[in-house]
Amino acid sequence: MTLPQLNFLALLPQIIVTAAALLVLVVDAVDRRGAFSRRVLSWLALIGLFAAGVAVVWLAVQGDRQSFQDMSVADGYSLAFSGVILLAAVLGVLLAKDTVNQFTRMPGAYYALLLLAVVGMISMASATDLIVVFLSLEILSLALYVLVGFNLHEPRSAEASLKYFLLGAFASGFFLYGAALLYGATGSTNIAQIGHALNASGGGSLYLYAGTALLIVGFGFKIAMAPFHMWTPDAYQGAPTPVTGFMSVATKTAAFAAFMRVLMLALPASQQSWGWALAILAAVTMTLGNLAALRQASLKRMLAYSSIAHAGYALVGLVPGTAGGAVAVLFYMLSYALMNLGAFAVLVALERRGENDVQRGDLSGLADRRPGLAAAMAIFMFALAGIPPFVGFFAKFFVFSAAAEAGWIWLVVIGVINSVISAYYYLSVVVGMYFKPQAEAAPAVPAKARKSRDKAAPAAAPSAPAVEAPALATSQAAVRLAVILAAIGTVAVGIYPAPWTAYITQAVQSVFGG
Amino acid sequence: MTNLTSLPILSIVVFLPLAGSLLLLVLRGEKLLKSVALAVSLATFAVSLVLYFTWTAGEAGMQFQEIIPWYPELGIAYHIGVDGVSLVLVLLTTFLMPLVLLFSWEGVHDKLKAYLVLMLLLETAMLGVFVALDLVLFFVFFEASLIPMYFLVGRWGGPRRIYAALKFFIFTAFGSAFLLAGIIALGFLYKQQTGELSFDLMKLTAVGVPLGAQTWLFFAFAIAFAIKVPVFPFHTWLPDAHVEAPTGGSVILAGVLLKMGTYGFVRFSLPLFPEPTMTYAPIFIVLAIVGILYGALVALAQKDLKKLVAYSSVAHLGFVMLGIFTLELQGLSGAVLQMVNHGLSTGALFLLVGFIYERRHTRMLDDFGGLWKIMPVFAAFALITFMSSAGLPGLNGFVGEFTILTGAMKYGTAAAVFGTLGIILAAWYLLWAFTKTFHGKLDNPANQQLKDLNLREIVIMAPLVLMFLVVGLFPNLFLDKINPSTEALLIQVRGSAAVAQDAGVAAAPSALVEVK
Repeated sequence: MTLPQLNFLALLPQIIVTAAALLVLVVDAVDRRGAFSRRVLSWLALIGLFAAGVAVVWLAVQGDRQSFQDMSVADGYSLAFSGVILLAAVLGVLLAKDTVNQFTRMPGAYYALLLLAVVGMISMASATDLIVVFLSLEILSLALYVLVGFNLHEPRSAEASLKYFLLGAFASGFFLYGAALLYGATGSTNIAQIGHALNASGGGSLYLYAGTALLIVGFGFKIAMAPFHMWTPDAYQGAPTPVTGFMSVATKTAAFAAFMRVLMLALPASQQSWGWALAILAAVTMTLGNLAALRQASLKRMLAYSSIAHAGYALVGLVPGTAGGAVAVLFYMLSYALMNLGAFAVLVALERRGENDVQRGDLSGLADRRPGLAAAMAIFMFALAGIPPFVGFFAKFFVFSAAAEAGWIWLVVIGVINSVISAYYYLSVVVGMYFKPQAEAAPAVPAKARKSRDKAAPAAAPSAPAVEAPALATSQAAVRLAVILAAIGTVAVGIYPAPWTAYITQAVQSVFGG
Repeated sequence: MTNLTSLPILSIVVFLPLAGSLLLLVLRGEKLLKSVALAVSLATFAVSLVLYFTWTAGEAGMQFQEIIPWYPELGIAYHIGVDGVSLVLVLLTTFLMPLVLLFSWEGVHDKLKAYLVLMLLLETAMLGVFVALDLVLFFVFFEASLIPMYFLVGRWGGPRRIYAALKFFIFTAFGSAFLLAGIIALGFLYKQQTGELSFDLMKLTAVGVPLGAQTWLFFAFAIAFAIKVPVFPFHTWLPDAHVEAPTGGSVILAGVLLKMGTYGFVRFSLPLFPEPTMTYAPIFIVLAIVGILYGALVALAQKDLKKLVAYSSVAHLGFVMLGIFTLELQGLSGAVLQMVNHGLSTGALFLLVGFIYERRHTRMLDDFGGLWKIMPVFAAFALITFMSSAGLPGLNGFVGEFTILTGAMKYGTAAAVFGTLGIILAAWYLLWAFTKTFHGKLDNPANQQLKDLNLREIVIMAPLVLMFLVVGLFPNLFLDKINPSTEALLIQVRGSAAVAQDAGVAAAPSALVEVK
């Protein structure tokens, strides 16, 4: 008898991020006054994430590694998803770097929780066993429940946290119940072995269908799929904006990674049934998200509904259950990370001190006040609307072609019509920034500030600087960096996709074949 | 099939404006910005002339082709090339852009840099549309052209600009949604047939689209293109966009952007879906005629000069549609030529409206009258332009309309009769507008001090008038390039036997004067 091969190396990214989280906590605890840690904490988090990124690349070069007796794996698929999660986390830390002290007195706890959420997410993407999926789900959820409620000054933040927690606990229950039923049907919690057992038996038992349905509910909650999306607008609006941006992308990415692995490796035998269920859910999700987003005045709420809609688009890639679909979902997550976090970065840059949201009206005349920021936001909005040549278009093209290849033309038609609906509200943001003059909001404009402004367009933005002044009180270097990175990514990955798509395709095919 | 030159000349034409717009981003100073933008557009025009002068005569297929894989996993390639149809539209685009920029030399001050950058971006997108041979690449350019135009209308437009910009965008995007679904479906139908995923027009037409799928795909494409043209009853965005757009935007919108729709029909709908094209051609003929008559009648009722020109566009593009769906060689070649003619004439009309609007800040016909006395140069240019638009023999409009009507006559006498009625109506509203503006007494005191065109404005109008004459008197300079390609297209649609007998489009004889 040999000792079980644990193979810790396969968990290297998770280990590094955990160590970084602990280090952040220790530094925070040692430096009581916080003058030192305030500057250094975010750097620690960033260095940890970069180190994890290096580990991901190193593992990817090395080839597949299983660990803990086939409970977790470092294969191309999990590493590609981990890369997207780390990208989202880096951007998330950059968003918080300048603003974290505005909404909390515990930046150490903030960064530590964010890193722990990342640990849960990477584990979830790497999990090859339903138990590990569940554990990772809990790790990331618990961290996020707290992060959502992190805004001291905002009563909505606490409310959002509670709501997210209560509904999330329910969803975890559903997931666990589903896993238990699948165990009952097949005698295993290992994803691959469930697949073998079902292939051998031909499937079709009631346990199987009930278990699958419950798993879909559990995952559906995390990716904000209708009708399990109810928590999304409230949680996204109440949470501190950097948290919203991070979780909207990273949670989805992790959940999709595990969702897809479970469906395609454990349940390929019943693809006919879950394919149809997901197709209907995808259609409902994107339509509902887009229609609701049309009516929102709060930009965070609008982006919350938009993220529901994007969950719907990404689900379209999951429907056919093909390797091509998995490639599409993975590419979708990458592009969504760039364009959505970019949009949230702009919101962070625009938030005034002590406020946790931006209203549509606040954008009026932004193009005159801050042309760079407005241009970036316009790029993100066009990308989210799926207008070429930005990456969002190609992401949608990927998922729609995967669906079309399997014959889901009606779903593609619903998807493209939804894109048009969404264009309306994304464009109205652009309308505000570029076509509307600054609203007469600011009393008592300091004359000095007014003079310092460009005199080229006196009629367009006479009172522009007044509103902006308090927002600029803090440094915005990190947020600006995030905006620039995301904007470059949104343009560049769309125009020159070859290296990314090649790697993603190879990574997915190594796991799913095809 | 390909001209194997070492330089990717076509890519240079397409992306030179983009490079120029990036250069503009780092420059400062109004004068410098304007000069660089103008120089870039002139350089683009010069390079595009290389295409014309190194053209392989009599060649029907694509020339100057370039293929580079782009999204290999999805079978998307950067495949561009031009045939006769594309060539004239590329030339039209590169020809109009310097004139538009020259027009904007004085008129635009607010955010000049952004304006110029958007104009050059728009040029790249439009050129891309006319040269793309991969359907997805085409779609990318087709959609990308929306963004700059949307900003041009929404930022520099008239009082209802926001509404107009949004309407323009949403209408087009709605049509594009069907186009996209159709393109994706086409790619996978091809994969079912051959095992390889591709969106390459050449490959798709070579294999052919399965008959069962052709009809709905045809309509998916047709909705997108019909909105863009616009074909009646999808035209409602056009008057709004035209009237609200700044003059430069109107010129580009009418001159080039609308052609994307008619070009789409010619380039994609005809060769990809020959069966439904033949079956449903009567629907489009009827819609085209309705558009011709409706556009003309509504134009007659306008009090606003710019709106009148906008509705005249609906009528003129009705002619183009009529020509395309006759599926006769004369009709199709005439339609392609008429696309160019409409770009020249209507572009010139919008420029004229722009000149007068900059001086008087009104476009109402009632505010004018007797302008000939104080603005003789302006009046002379206006007269030639109006005549060109009305189809006076010797000028460009006549050649296009005459060849289209010849094709329509072969298709059916009724189509030709109604089309001719449209020409009469066009002459009516144009002459009526001319009379209201230039004849009569100079009785409005606000008009007494108007200045005639200055040198810059004459420099803008002169090339256009020259082109009216060149196309009008030597149409074969263009038809020589167009005909082989349109003939090949029709062979793809109707089979070779039917086309062979009516090969050879006559240059316009002057005997048609009596029809008017």
